Amino acid sequence: MTDTQAAIDVKGLNKSFGDKHVVQDVSIRVEEGRITGFLGPNGAGKTTTLRLLCGLLTPDSGEGEVLGLDFRSQTDAIKRQTGYMTQRFSLYEDMTIEENLSFIARVYELGDRRGRVGQALERLGLQDRRGQLAGALSGGWKQRLALAAATLHEPRLLLLDEPTAGVDPKARREFWDEIHTLADGGLTVLVSTHYMDEAERCHDIGYILYGRLIARGTAAEIIAGSGLVTFNGQGADIGKAAHELEHQDGVLSASAFGAAVHVSGTDRAALERAIAPWRKSPFRWDEVEPSLEDVFIQLMGKTSDDRYAS
Amino acid sequence: MSGLSFARIAAVMVKEFTQLRRDRITYAMILVMPLMQLLLFGYAINTDPRHMPAAVLSHDHGRLANAVVATLERTTYVDVKHLPGSEAEMDRLMRRGEITLALTIPPDFSERVLKGDRAQILAEVDATDPTAAGGVAAAVATLPSNAFRAELRGPAAKPVSPAPFEVVVHRLYNPEGITSYNIVPGLLAIILSMTLVMMTAMAVTREVERGTMESLLSTPATAFEVMIGKLLPYIAVGLVQTVIVLALARLLFSVPMAQTLAGWIALTVGIVLFITGNLALGYLISTVVRSQLQAMQISMFYMMPSLFLSGFMFPFAGLPGWARVLGEIIPITHFLRIIRGSLLKGQVLADMGTDLLALGGFLVVVAVLTVARSRTTLD
Ligand SMILES: Nc1ncnc2c1ncn2[C@@H]1O[C@H](COP(=O)(O)OP(=O)(O)O)[C@@H](O)[C@H]1O
Ligand SMILES: [Mg+2]
Repeated sequence: MTDTQAAIDVKGLNKSFGDKHVVQDVSIRVEEGRITGFLGPNGAGKTTTLRLLCGLLTPDSGEGEVLGLDFRSQTDAIKRQTGYMTQRFSLYEDMTIEENLSFIARVYELGDRRGRVGQALERLGLQDRRGQLAGALSGGWKQRLALAAATLHEPRLLLLDEPTAGVDPKARREFWDEIHTLADGGLTVLVSTHYMDEAERCHDIGYILYGRLIARGTAAEIIAGSGLVTFNGQGADIGKAAHELEHQDGVLSASAFGAAVHVSGTDRAALERAIAPWRKSPFRWDEVEPSLEDVFIQLMGKTSDDRYAS
Repeated sequence: MSGLSFARIAAVMVKEFTQLRRDRITYAMILVMPLMQLLLFGYAINTDPRHMPAAVLSHDHGRLANAVVATLERTTYVDVKHLPGSEAEMDRLMRRGEITLALTIPPDFSERVLKGDRAQILAEVDATDPTAAGGVAAAVATLPSNAFRAELRGPAAKPVSPAPFEVVVHRLYNPEGITSYNIVPGLLAIILSMTLVMMTAMAVTREVERGTMESLLSTPATAFEVMIGKLLPYIAVGLVQTVIVLALARLLFSVPMAQTLAGWIALTVGIVLFITGNLALGYLISTVVRSQLQAMQISMFYMMPSLFLSGFMFPFAGLPGWARVLGEIIPITHFLRIIRGSLLKGQVLADMGTDLLALGGFLVVVAVLTVARSRTTLD
């Protein structure tokens, strides 16, 4: 593990808001040049963790390094080399595209401001619309502009908070292509999302739930580590079967996927017993490789929310 | 569609009350504002101001001269606060605005009264504020007929005509009692304060509300840099406002301007201190409130009593003691003295000493609080 350089290596991160313990003992290590997906449902603590990592929030406890710098005391130096794209569009809507980029260039004290801003506009394909107000852009363009702004100072670490929320599939695909291009150039990316398909475009993932990082590794590692067995059932009215299966012993989760259901459990024998009554026409059952989603649904089922101080 | 539904009205009503209860600041305003207005209007406002500070320079220490002073105080319109030793000292008190009335009793006063030889007293009144000057001048005018009632008994105690002496009233600084000479410079203080406090109070909350603060703080910019960068442009805004108001004051209302370079320098120092103080106050407010609406409410909450307590609407010296104490904390009070003193009295830096110090002190205290409260994080 330690032979590669870690861009992020923090341990025991904790953060509370009032009596709500929002981030609990999160330890995370991200290798340089990797794209790490940060998954978890809404309110899991993704945004808070990203803010802690880039010095926007002060942790209650935790220690470690970001970009080889002490992440608690050297936040200024970390900020200089980190790009952060917020969940909500946070450039100035009442300034033009070019004015926004110029502002960023000034704040980071970048040399050759005009040149850099010009290049960024060119990469974005926005030279002709440089005078347009940022607030007037569509969701997809706002997102691209925000990415350009977050990378203008050529950071070594890029933190992206649900960058593709509310963006159409084509723009999402292009966005991910861009992220991979950046990572190929050596940039480390930590990107939060709750789209499962995006998890597959990451080198590895971390799954955060109720403020705890409960799974970490590549998608294959996480699936293998879950010890989950999944059966795929098909046939007319299989949806009803899913409802009843949910409450059977040995079944951890049963959910509909279009015309099929995925029924998962960790105890193969018990799971087979539970399915047995439905092993008849018109139903057809096949064992399948569990998907990440199956694993996360199972994790959600067996983890409880203990964030509120009692 | 059914007609009027009381259930739906009630639903909206309950929702409205629920939201009101959550919005603490609005709630406080609703309760505190009327209370404050009542107290201010009821107790502090005084269109017939009394107890104005006076100085008496008496070269005659006889009983008659003392009787004049005693009678003057009995009118309750003035309190004799100073007994200067020389004319120069009295002039200085007047120019600095420490007294509203300067009474000079000549050495041969008693002698002339007794001889019936047209005795005179000189009453110089600071007419910068015509309201304050009016009451004082009227009180002084009653002196000849009332001063010696106690002294002269018997038939002589009746109102005498001709009067035993004469009071010569000089209205200084604004001899014609033109109200706009007092109000228009005062308006500069109000305009600057109202716009600058509110603009800066909203400058930070706007960024927080729109989410741009999160981006801004993720850059290497520190809270202090953000503050200075935000405030400097507004100093320019304040200076432009000042130039416009002063130009209009001159062109439309013929308000006198500072006469000398020293006068202009003093005025400029005062203006810059005042503008900066207001900006700092606005910024401090922005670190406390959560929304632009709250920022506006707090700014109004600050402005409203300032109009009454600063001496803008009513003569400061005529306010009750507690109101004057509050008024001394407000920068507008001090700036009013500076701007009126500069334009109408030709004050220079030396005359403005205490008020400049007060503005400087306010600025330092507020700036320290603001820096202590500004954060480079979102905690
Ligand atoms: N500034 C804050 N004050 C209080 N609670 C907060 C604050 N920020 C986030 N939270 C709470 O912390 C939890 C995690 O939030 P967040 O990190 O935004 O989750 P995610 O990004 O995964 O959706 C949520 O329950 C949220 O309500
Ligand atoms: Mg979030």
